[in-house]
Amino acid sequence: MLPALPLDEAGKYVAAAYLVFLLLLLVYVAIMASKLSKIEREVVEIAEVVDRKAADPPPPPPPPAQRAKAKAR
Amino acid sequence: MLVLTGAFAMVFFYAPLDADQGFVQKIFYVHVPMAIVALFGFVGGGICAVMYLRTRETKWDMRSYVTIHLSVILAVGVLITGSIWARASWGHWWVWDEPMLVSFLIVFLLYATYWPLRFSLEDKEKQARYASVFAIVAGAFVPLNFTAVRMAEQYIHPETFATTTGGMPGKFALTFVVALIGMTLLFFTLVKYEMASKHATFRLRALRRKLAGDDDDDLMLTGRSAAPQL
Repeated sequence: MLPALPLDEAGKYVAAAYLVFLLLLLVYVAIMASKLSKIEREVVEIAEVVDRKAADPPPPPPPPAQRAKAKAR
Repeated sequence: MLVLTGAFAMVFFYAPLDADQGFVQKIFYVHVPMAIVALFGFVGGGICAVMYLRTRETKWDMRSYVTIHLSVILAVGVLITGSIWARASWGHWWVWDEPMLVSFLIVFLLYATYWPLRFSLEDKEKQARYASVFAIVAGAFVPLNFTAVRMAEQYIHPETFATTTGGMPGKFALTFVVALIGMTLLFFTLVKYEMASKHATFRLRALRRKLAGDDDDDLMLTGRSAAPQL
């Protein structure tokens, strides 16, 4: 093992080690945040689809007489 | 995050300077807790894999996947901070005849094959089964590897818990324990965070299929992916 480095030289190594940890954490959190924002966008999209479906209910089925006529044709 | 911030404050304002290494020894408080949590994470991934094989519940495969994922990220941090510490202490970025460094690199490379293994299998059930077997075997290798390194006769890597020299002095030990607790809490928080994100993604995908009028479960799987499907 080498003799202990002086503070001014050791400081940059210690700072680099802690910055690496911080950077890893920040990159991970940033990636997760982008995934969460994608999920949020999808939630908004799905909510819009649900609203549209609620606003335009599907047309009711034709009465039985009409259905029989269509079948005969 | 609060505990970890407190721990790092203790590192610089409470823990004394090491007599041998001086200020460089401060790297120990981020490097070693990361290494311990990563190694326990690998073992935890193996335990979750055992639970998956016993129950066949997908949630255990997901837990195993997320735990291993975060442990690999921490392992990257361990390798980089270890390399910086090696440069400051020994004058070299990497020392190939140092058992602890090389064994940790082997463990990291072993787990780096986890994603290609998962991605190579299209069938989701098979993927989960094979990945679980891998996680169990690799998880068992981690403590064996660590014990082997400890038993190695000639090594120069500093010990965290020395068995013959009485361990660390009080202030060093307290700072280290707080840093370890902080790192562990951070790990569990990130596991929960990622699990919640994955659950939300799959629930949304299922909802989207349902809204599109397609309730077929098989169609929920969109393309090949290394991640488990719920």
